[in-house]
Amino acid sequence: MVEIKVLGTGCARCNELEKLCYNVAAENNIDADIKKVSDLKEIMSYGIMQTPGLVINGKVKISGKLPTSSTLLNWMKEN
Amino acid sequence: MKYKKKLWTVILLLVIWVGIYFNLEKLSALINDISGLSSIKEGYARSIEFFIFEVPKVILLLTLIVFLMGIVRSYFSPEKTRALLEKKSLFLGNVLASVLGIFTPFCSCSAVPLFIGFVEAGIPLGVTLSFLISAPMINEVALVLLFGLFGWKTAAIYISTGLLIAIFSGYIIGKLKLEKFVEPWVYEIKSGKRENEEEKITFGDRIDSGYIAVKDIVSKVWIYIIIGVGVGSFAHGYVPEDFMAGLMGKSAWWSVPVSVLIGIPLYSNAAGIIPIVQVLLEKGASLGTALAFMMSVIGLSLPEAVILKKVLKLPMIFIFFGIVGLGIIIVGYIFNLIY
Repeated sequence: MVEIKVLGTGCARCNELEKLCYNVAAENNIDADIKKVSDLKEIMSYGIMQTPGLVINGKVKISGKLPTSSTLLNWMKEN
Repeated sequence: MKYKKKLWTVILLLVIWVGIYFNLEKLSALINDISGLSSIKEGYARSIEFFIFEVPKVILLLTLIVFLMGIVRSYFSPEKTRALLEKKSLFLGNVLASVLGIFTPFCSCSAVPLFIGFVEAGIPLGVTLSFLISAPMINEVALVLLFGLFGWKTAAIYISTGLLIAIFSGYIIGKLKLEKFVEPWVYEIKSGKRENEEEKITFGDRIDSGYIAVKDIVSKVWIYIIIGVGVGSFAHGYVPEDFMAGLMGKSAWWSVPVSVLIGIPLYSNAAGIIPIVQVLLEKGASLGTALAFMMSVIGLSLPEAVILKKVLKLPMIFIFFGIVGLGIIIVGYIFNLIY
């Protein structure tokens, strides 16, 4: 199972990223556990300075930007 | 060769851009002739002509600048900016932070993580705030619109005074030693180090970030430009020339502080506010007052105060807004004196 965390305090892009994760996982039948993290202290523990941040299996993949769905799919499959 | 193809596409688009932009006057004259607009003597025909020429001009300028800024910004990141600002002396730090605020990608929704990230790396409070003042206030959309509508002098004034306000406000806040007004938990946070820092970015990827910026920004602001220029061209013909002179002209000494106060609760993006500024100016408002109003609307906003309230205590928010507001007022007065 892929563990995905979307870090963000409720900006428009954060919600977009969360949706994108659900869609990509569903379309490709990937078993993913997607969580939204909005607690600032927890967000900061990943060392990012821009939201949204995307953490896959404990690793920060991107911050401040949205990945393309193909990049996102690759990240999900890596694990 | 994907990369070569991308480069040639950009060059081709640039050539087309130059071709259209420098022939806009001829093109719009042609449209006016064919449609018979130029033979109509009434004022509304002039308004429509103004609109037909101005809208494509501003949108073309905006597209080019946003594209170039997208490429330039891909060379900067908050992480790099932070590294550059570490261990800089106070004043130099403020200058550098204010300049980097123009180029570093920034969204006010990320103001808090950015603030924490900076402070935690040991960057002084005043330097961090210089960055947080400059980043939203000096905005490329505002710059393009000012350049397109009022000329390069106004655009240059806007950048240089914006920088001065960011530098000195941050410097003064730094001197006041206000660290006690930062929420204590900010200093307790231990943020993790990120691993996969620099991925390899090719110039082709940077060109892509240019396109993404154009898509993001132009798709959001084109409607404001059309509405704004539309209102502007209408007011052009129908509102009396000195309509705003009594309220926002030079003779009204109180107009600068009042404009700044009114601007704080108003929250708008740069594209929305500048056409309004244009109307104000055309109808007798003075340049200093109009600029002060604009800076207050885009640089000081209640939503930003609410976001920053998570990390700054209330007195600090007041001091922050007070000093920046004062800076804007001083700039407003200076311009009313010069022009």
